[in-house]
Amino acid sequence: MVKKLIEKDTKMFLTGNEVLAYAANAAEADFMYGYPITPQNEIMHTWCKLLPKTEAGFLQTEDEISAGFSTIGGILAGKRAFTATAGPGNVIMQDAQSMAEMMRIPFVCAVMQRGGPSTATVIYAQQETRLTCFGGNGEGFRIVYSTAGHQDLYDYMIKAFNTAWTYKFPTYVLADGYQGKMREPVMLYDPKSRGIEMVPVTPYLLGEGEIGKDRKSVHLRNTYNMEEELMEVLDQYQEDYNKMAEEVAEYQEYKAEDAEILVIAHGIVARSAVTAIDELRAKGIKAGLFRPITIRPLAVKPLRAAVQRAKQILFTESANGQLAQMVLEKLYGLTTPYSTLYKMGVGVTGDDIVQKVEQMVKTPATV
Amino acid sequence: MTQILTLPPSLPNAQNAEVGASKFCPGCGHGMILKSLAFAIDDLNLKQKAVFGCDIGCSLLSWNYMDLDTVQTHHGRTTPVIYGLTRANHEAIGIAYMGDGGGLAIGSQHLVNATVRAERMLIIVANNTNYGMTGGQMSPTTMPGQRTETTPYGRDCEVTGRPAKGAEMVAAIADPNKSYVARASVSNLRKLRSTFKKALKNVEMGGFSFVEVLSLCPLNWRTNNVDTWGRLAQMEECFEVKEFLVREGLEG
Repeated sequence: MVKKLIEKDTKMFLTGNEVLAYAANAAEADFMYGYPITPQNEIMHTWCKLLPKTEAGFLQTEDEISAGFSTIGGILAGKRAFTATAGPGNVIMQDAQSMAEMMRIPFVCAVMQRGGPSTATVIYAQQETRLTCFGGNGEGFRIVYSTAGHQDLYDYMIKAFNTAWTYKFPTYVLADGYQGKMREPVMLYDPKSRGIEMVPVTPYLLGEGEIGKDRKSVHLRNTYNMEEELMEVLDQYQEDYNKMAEEVAEYQEYKAEDAEILVIAHGIVARSAVTAIDELRAKGIKAGLFRPITIRPLAVKPLRAAVQRAKQILFTESANGQLAQMVLEKLYGLTTPYSTLYKMGVGVTGDDIVQKVEQMVKTPATV
Repeated sequence: MTQILTLPPSLPNAQNAEVGASKFCPGCGHGMILKSLAFAIDDLNLKQKAVFGCDIGCSLLSWNYMDLDTVQTHHGRTTPVIYGLTRANHEAIGIAYMGDGGGLAIGSQHLVNATVRAERMLIIVANNTNYGMTGGQMSPTTMPGQRTETTPYGRDCEVTGRPAKGAEMVAAIADPNKSYVARASVSNLRKLRSTFKKALKNVEMGGFSFVEVLSLCPLNWRTNNVDTWGRLAQMEECFEVKEFLVREGLEG
């Protein structure tokens, strides 16, 4: 059993990566497996620095492939294990992530996005949105929380473990290099003080009981012989996923109720949107925000309702419409026109959004 | 009156009796290796704490072959799954089972690093000098001149390099104070069982073990009984069968 560091509410001024390590400890995570890649390194650094106090485990593996697979091994042993990665690391870790998806393993991973494709930049982007939701050769049976700041990082990292262990789908905290490297004040707390009980973890292998006496041996597989055999399994997963989605999907609206121009953004870009909306409202422009917190699964009903109320939509991302692509599919049948503000691998500022919305007031979107 | 005597098959306790007929091709070496392993597990009474991980390739068919807690992983990824598990559960005896492709090609970085870190586990590489499941392509251990689907005119070492010597490589980088490294062959199952026993004992002592087993693939080799065993004899000339590294204090 790990030792928890935060017993009472403690306000600290931390980088996002540090926050994630503290959050994992608050969630009683036992073990981290990891491989260095910028901009997520300080999650490992902090985790390792705290080890004498937490008595948790850590293994630096030979690559992200093994970080992913050894995390699975730790989970099979019944540990609340996790990993973290970014960019090309996230690409090669998809191998393990798809196994977790297929075998319903409560894999928890923090993804601190950097520029892509390829090595690109080590700084910031929202270009792993699609990869994190749908990477691997499957259907994207995953849960992805997109955070917009340090309090989010703390809250959702704790929540990710419980979501993963409740529903047994791989669960992600999707952030970025800005959030990872920037310092902000954040309130650290013991989840118990907020009424959060950690979902108990149990081993998949070498659980209780003697083989041949109390139980049969466990045989976990990811290969199927027949097409129909596979489909039967996946149909069940889809049913479980749909049921889970209703319970798990989260979103945030900001002045969206009477918004004529609705900004749809996730992660830290949504924070720029909040600044922009205040500025626009001061100028008499009715702007509002819809921010999906779970970008997979999406909160479809409130999303459609918000879009239906608005006269125009603005999609803005530090990517070329990776979220928009997922959202638009869910808006089928609605006719609200939209415009886009995409800056691939570059931050979107409040000013960028203000200017764009003012343009949309003058020349409304027609698409 | 004729009395029919039925004898139960001599199955090791660690082998799954419910699996029925072998899923491996006729003449395949996997069944022999797994049975020997199961006997060694019985010998050391490890059934309740062993975890068996199998790779992808022919070895994937062993996913329910053992009466042990088992996880089937991805191609080349059994090693990290198992050391991830044994890092988290210090009581577990981790066994990673794979072919020569899984061990020495696609998963070679894991083999190298697990060896260097002396992960507390046993890695078994069944070496049949080709990729069996996918139809008999060249593998890292394909012998010079050997015909496979991707070397139809024989392996040309000038082009494709020399056969990989797994046990030699592992022995060269393993920690001599913690490791057991051997190459065995299905031509001597008694010896194979005792090799596994020694390897597992070393894991029980907290060490790292690697056993490469020379195995048979008559289907892809396109060999009859006589030629199959002839091929194995050739392999034993190419790949020396012996113990390469035995930590001090480890006895057979």
